[in-house]
Amino acid sequence: MKVLKLIFRNTFRHPLRAGLTILGLAIAVMAFAIIRTTVSSWYAGAQAASPNRLVTRSAVSLVFTLPIAYEEKISKIEGVTGISHAMWFGGIYVDPKNFFPQFAVDGDTYIDLYPEYIIAPEQMEDFLKQKNAVIIGRRLADRFGWSLGDQVRLTGTIFPGDWDFVIRGIYSGAEENTDETIWHMRYDYLDERMRTEMPGRAGQVGSFIVQIADPSQSAAISQQIDAMFENSSAETLTETEESFMLSFVSMASSIVTGLQIISVLVIGIILLVLGNTMAMTARERISEYAVMKTLGFRPLHVVGLIIGESLFIAALGGAMGLLVTFPIARLVQAAMADFFPVFKVEPITLVLAVLASFAVGLMAAVFPTLKAVRTPIVEGLRIID
Amino acid sequence: MPDTLVKLEGVYKSYWRDSLEIPVLHNIDFEIPKGEFLALMGPSGSGKTTLLNLIAGIDRPSRGRILVGQENVAELSESSLARWRSRIIGFIFQLYNLMPVLTAFENVELPLLLTRLNRRERRRQVETALGIVGLSDRMKHYPNQLSGGQEQRVAIARAIVTDPDLILADEPTGDLDKQSAEDIMELMTRLNQEFEKTIIMVTHDPRAAKRAHVVRHLDKGELEAA
Repeated sequence: MKVLKLIFRNTFRHPLRAGLTILGLAIAVMAFAIIRTTVSSWYAGAQAASPNRLVTRSAVSLVFTLPIAYEEKISKIEGVTGISHAMWFGGIYVDPKNFFPQFAVDGDTYIDLYPEYIIAPEQMEDFLKQKNAVIIGRRLADRFGWSLGDQVRLTGTIFPGDWDFVIRGIYSGAEENTDETIWHMRYDYLDERMRTEMPGRAGQVGSFIVQIADPSQSAAISQQIDAMFENSSAETLTETEESFMLSFVSMASSIVTGLQIISVLVIGIILLVLGNTMAMTARERISEYAVMKTLGFRPLHVVGLIIGESLFIAALGGAMGLLVTFPIARLVQAAMADFFPVFKVEPITLVLAVLASFAVGLMAAVFPTLKAVRTPIVEGLRIID
Repeated sequence: MPDTLVKLEGVYKSYWRDSLEIPVLHNIDFEIPKGEFLALMGPSGSGKTTLLNLIAGIDRPSRGRILVGQENVAELSESSLARWRSRIIGFIFQLYNLMPVLTAFENVELPLLLTRLNRRERRRQVETALGIVGLSDRMKHYPNQLSGGQEQRVAIARAIVTDPDLILADEPTGDLDKQSAEDIMELMTRLNQEFEKTIIMVTHDPRAAKRAHVVRHLDKGELEAA
């Protein structure tokens, strides 16, 4: 207890220096946690993917469509238990900055493939009854203050013109990482208008969502689907939903890698800051350590004092950093809702932040400890404060 | 003939600066009996503090033997020396060298943390030591709340709290005013006479040296004949 008291009092001997170092550590740990959370949020979609779902899209590019007629053929493959289709709509609500994902989906089948969307049965019935009905996620509704029955107009970019909709359903996510920002409109509403205005684009879909009974068969079924349309005018590429999601992440892989490097650099910089503080501290106290050794304290005692102080500072900074991480994460989530439907600080991030703080505390003490231990007593005693 | 507590045989000490050997002490031979109060005097650089450090086991001789009690200090390992110092030696520094973040009580208690005494026993010993130096009413004061003389008295309490056989004092009055220096020397005399502590004191101050039984002079690393 006496040693802990000594460590505590030594830590705050220079309150400003200790305070600034702890603050620096707190900011670094918070930055580390937020950056890690940003990276993991990038992968949230992939993490939320179901192993029972495959996505079939054009083998050439995502921007190319597939004939809706493929759906029936795919549904007949053994092991396929359900199928639906979706089309990226890409409309603008008032201003282009109000971005949110919009899909035209098959009302009868699409929602059934996503059990993680929780929606009241009567809302589902209303959605099926009205062609321009939409089902939206809870967070999207909250973002724009929409409620059931609201009429919303989107301006098409891929599909030109003004499009009027009525909100008939609001779903909630069954899991924490379920995306609650998606707008689901009915595909038949889109297709019907395309048939009259742009007949060449009617009967086309962006992707098929294929439900399979056994995830271990995903590779075989994917091959079967793609083989079925090989050498056709619209060849397909089928992959698991997770791979499909990861393909979006890979488009920003250099950004993700950059963020990961920055998160490590942040820890490296704060290691230098704490290392500098501990080096100054140990240098100032060389004579005190010499006195302690004269009194009979062994080098290990001195090692304990220096490492203890360094770890204490790191623990305080780390704890403060983690405490402020949560409100900051909520602010980031609110500000970046367009990009990150899910922005949750994961337990592994907390564990890594704690480990990083511990490692910084330990490493920052290495050189000061060596200096204090290696300085002979008589040399230490010669140093006058 | 009283028992010998400290015995130096052919002690030679030199330091190396690059390839240059700087001799500090030349073949020192002398004995200090138990209960002695010895003052070591000499000009700056004569080797007084080096000799004190060698006896305290915080420095090692280049040659020779240093016996304190039955222990050849020069042959002990670092950890054995640390343990030995905590039991046998009480060290008083010129600049007191108290821990600024600890109270007078906690500073005195510091050497006792290396013992197996429990909290109550430690408290009793600390209170006794602070009582001897006349600072029972300053236990909760931090060093910066004490005068130089009071700080040195706390340092003396720290040196005697483990009841060591030998007290080594390196210019204990060197940083004090005349009255405080007198008080400290009075206390040192009392430790020697009343508590029978063997004291080796390095000093420049002839008034302080007068309190000692024996005064030995060092000059250029050589001990002048008694």
